[in-house]
Amino acid sequence: MDLKLDHRTEDRLTIVEVEGEIDVYTAPRLRELLIDLVNKGNFHLLVNMEKVDFLDSTGLGVLVGGLKRVRAHDGSLELVCTQERILKIFRITGLTKVFGIYASVDEAKEAHGRDK
Amino acid sequence: MATVELTFSALPAHVRTARLVATAIARRTGVEESLLDEVRLAVGEACSRAVEAHRLHCPGEPIRIELRDDSGRFEVIVTDVAPSDDMENDLSPLMGGPGGQSGPSDQFGLMSDSLSSGFGIAVIAGLADDVEVYPSAKGMRIRMSWPAAANGVTPA
Repeated sequence: MDLKLDHRTEDRLTIVEVEGEIDVYTAPRLRELLIDLVNKGNFHLLVNMEKVDFLDSTGLGVLVGGLKRVRAHDGSLELVCTQERILKIFRITGLTKVFGIYASVDEAKEAHGRDK
Repeated sequence: MATVELTFSALPAHVRTARLVATAIARRTGVEESLLDEVRLAVGEACSRAVEAHRLHCPGEPIRIELRDDSGRFEVIVTDVAPSDDMENDLSPLMGGPGGQSGPSDQFGLMSDSLSSGFGIAVIAGLADDVEVYPSAKGMRIRMSWPAAANGVTPA
């Protein structure tokens, strides 16, 4: 399955919807979107990965790159993910300590609201 | 004897094909369903690493993947011909080796949009219980295996 990307902004939080496979072939498109969002002043990003079928280290690199960019503007990049197959790669690489990972968009929005 | 051998040019689009072929043969070989995600991810990591190495050093050369079903194990060997002398240096910070003692979160400041080659191998090491990496000046060979059905073929 190819990669589908969409985004919307709610209360200063930009929600990026990702669907499909994030790998060495498709990851550049996600990277371009994250860079574009940051360049347009969106510094608080929430990447919803509930419809992601596959994620490899190339995709992790793109997310880490996005996190670096938003942090340079005192921003945040957090994730929504409950799929064990995707969470496993975050655990293996220790990146669960780097990203905030939430069970739903609503839960992430609530936490974001508390932190504002 | 290899069940399937596949060569593909160093294009990112072909990595998905390699993943799909490996997963299909793993299933056919009798690898448990619960392990198929690990096979898919590990083979994808090995092929992605090889594609990126070839694109850097020898974009015209093909990458080879061998899939075997010997002795109740499903074995995958990914071979590239790009020089891999820097592999040990790539790996050591992530593995807590001589190049650094800290974990990935401590290395955050060093990470970029393209994580190091060693990062993909570290992921493979975390996924497969049997992994061997043979780096050399003539290329890298990654061999990994998973338990499969004893007769080598899933019952119909």
